[in-house]
Amino acid sequence: MSTRIAASPRSPGRTKSGNRSAGEGRMAALLLSPTLLVLALVIAYPLVSALYQSMFREQSGLDASGFVAEGEVFVGLGNYADLFVGESGARFLNAFGNTTFFTVTTVTLETVLGLCLAIAMNRAFRGRSFLRASILIPWAIPTAVSGLLWRWIFQSDGIANSLIGSETLWTAEGVAAKVAIIVAEVWKTAPFIGLLVLAGMQIIPEEIYEAAKIDGAGFWRQFRSITLPLVKPTLLVAVLFRLLDALRMFDLPFVLIGPGKESVETLSMLAFDESNQLRYGSASAFAVILFLYVALVAIVFVKLLGADVAGTKQVRALRRATSTRKAKAL
Amino acid sequence: MRQRRHNRHILFGTAALAISALALSGCAGGEVSDDEGTALSEAEFEGRGPINYVSSRDASGAAQDSLDKWNSEHPDEQVTLIELPDSADQQRQQLIQNAQIESDTFSVLNLDVVWTSEFAANRWIQPLPEDALPTDSMIPATVNAASYRDTLYGAPYYTDGALLYYRTDLLEAAGIDSPPATWDEMEGACDAILALPEGDDMSCYAGQFDKNEALTVNFTEAVASAGGTVFDEDGSPTVDTPEALAGLTQLSDAFANGLVASDAITYLEEQGRRAFQDGEVVFLRNWPFVYASLTATDGSSQVVDKFGISSVPGIGENPGVSTLGGRNLAVSPFTANKATALDFIKFFTSEEESRARLDKSSRAPVYPSLLEDPSVVEQRPFYPTLLESLENAQPRPKVVQYGATTTAIQEEAYAALTGDKDPETALADMQSKLEELSAD
Repeated sequence: MSTRIAASPRSPGRTKSGNRSAGEGRMAALLLSPTLLVLALVIAYPLVSALYQSMFREQSGLDASGFVAEGEVFVGLGNYADLFVGESGARFLNAFGNTTFFTVTTVTLETVLGLCLAIAMNRAFRGRSFLRASILIPWAIPTAVSGLLWRWIFQSDGIANSLIGSETLWTAEGVAAKVAIIVAEVWKTAPFIGLLVLAGMQIIPEEIYEAAKIDGAGFWRQFRSITLPLVKPTLLVAVLFRLLDALRMFDLPFVLIGPGKESVETLSMLAFDESNQLRYGSASAFAVILFLYVALVAIVFVKLLGADVAGTKQVRALRRATSTRKAKAL
Repeated sequence: MRQRRHNRHILFGTAALAISALALSGCAGGEVSDDEGTALSEAEFEGRGPINYVSSRDASGAAQDSLDKWNSEHPDEQVTLIELPDSADQQRQQLIQNAQIESDTFSVLNLDVVWTSEFAANRWIQPLPEDALPTDSMIPATVNAASYRDTLYGAPYYTDGALLYYRTDLLEAAGIDSPPATWDEMEGACDAILALPEGDDMSCYAGQFDKNEALTVNFTEAVASAGGTVFDEDGSPTVDTPEALAGLTQLSDAFANGLVASDAITYLEEQGRRAFQDGEVVFLRNWPFVYASLTATDGSSQVVDKFGISSVPGIGENPGVSTLGGRNLAVSPFTANKATALDFIKFFTSEEESRARLDKSSRAPVYPSLLEDPSVVEQRPFYPTLLESLENAQPRPKVVQYGATTTAIQEEAYAALTGDKDPETALADMQSKLEELSAD
């Protein structure tokens, strides 16, 4: 979902603002306004509405005849303060920890595996298109469905146990449940990184490799000095998308292990559970916290690692690489 | 260059916002509505015209037959069936969302028995006029489960209870005449059966113990079968009693001493059914619906003609007590055609229609007269046993915050079964959580 929204806008070529007239500016504003309006409707409104909602709490008490007291009370930041104390605080911190743990472990494994997949797919060999198609299958399966598939694999008398000859209870609480989630998530999303990186690899001109070969560079040398630096921009964007996606993880643990299991409960599941119990205030508070967390991770990622979401650097890097080659050739 | 950089950040920011907004959507909800919810007399159910009946999936087609019959007799008051997703949670969510926006789309609601209190207390369903339904001829527990604070809110539609499935062939081989009435007898029977060559590799008992609504059911049954209750008459939690402790201890001990196989902690209804029909378990607590699979003659079941049915076992000297499942029909206060809705409910849940539906559906009607009818019993031999277990059945906790209540119960019961907590601590924690939830 996220990928499509974020991947489509590309920075168009534009003129320097200096030689724009006032009329042009007005025209630009006019032409952009439908887009901004849609963005305001589908992004700003839900966000503001959730923020507003998170300041209220449903009344849970019953009146004398047994009816639920109507309406909501304004509690300010009360819902947020509750996140850190008592029973619900422990649950929140646990979910926060799980979310972070799953994000770090799955994205790391996916990146490594995705790179390997991309290298494998980038080679010219017989059956390459078949391999590419088969690698895509996990990514094409809806998460809820793959969650079910893995649930069957991991059930107590399932394939996983009979293959490794153990009697692990994967879908009960505990470390095994975490491992099950990580395996299923990596299986599903490594192809995503693989594909994006493959796209990045395919625009690397063959001549660079040929030149490297002439210079006597081996596979590892080529990988470290040519492939990796040149796919880095694509790779960073892929990793960023995966990070943001993994932070929102919901359906896989929900289907594979089940709701309410401490060892795999993520922030999204917590927000869902709260709203399911009609506590929209605290559900919104959880969602807002998750939003801030996702936003923070994204900003840090972009600032520190310079992930190039708009895709301008790669072109530059390529240009630089080719011109260096040319300069050397001269 | 600077301009570019700036634009890139905007793009990125938009993307991040969009992603995060997705995480938020669906969490901003509406406010609780206000509407009068005092009991109406039958005359006050006004308005006639087409209505919608919202239900779980009608897999057997039996409900559709009833609907067709009604529609042919009432051309001006057509009833349209709206089917909701299979998952009970999703059904509840859709029903609640519709009630919160006071939509008149849903006229007659098909509600799980455990939702009655929540829907009634929030005024999402209409109290039914007294004497509108033949409640005297229904199983009392089902009427009780359709009431909130002594007012009838729903028309009992079908009911469900726990049964103990056992292997007649193995009991016979071990020289045991009758199915066990208590856990102690069951343990004794298992000692004898598992010592036989046929009982090799089998485990004694399976229920539903995964963290799920079914665990609440199994826990409630264990507590009730030990003579306790989860909530008392006034709605205060009572799981800190010796009876509740005896019930939970029985379950956790069964796991500890191997009476229940360790992987049964992941069992829900389906896994238990498979284990039983593959001959891995001697005794199985399950709902009546698995009867059809167990008697399937296509070779999938290894226990055809080898199993019997009895009531769930008691704990200590107490009789076994089943929990109550099933569904009720209720009228939404937001529908315009309440008179039609009421008439339809009366028609749909009548004894006559219940009998007609038996041809297609094995869902147990709420009329004892039907459950005991010889021509019906011939088709569904488990009905008399079910009726027996329903006669002293206890409803699950009747609380407004049912969702949070069942979560708390599952949490603590699961911790006790997996050995993370001892039963005393688990029950003490459960008691304090439930007290917090039931406090006004």
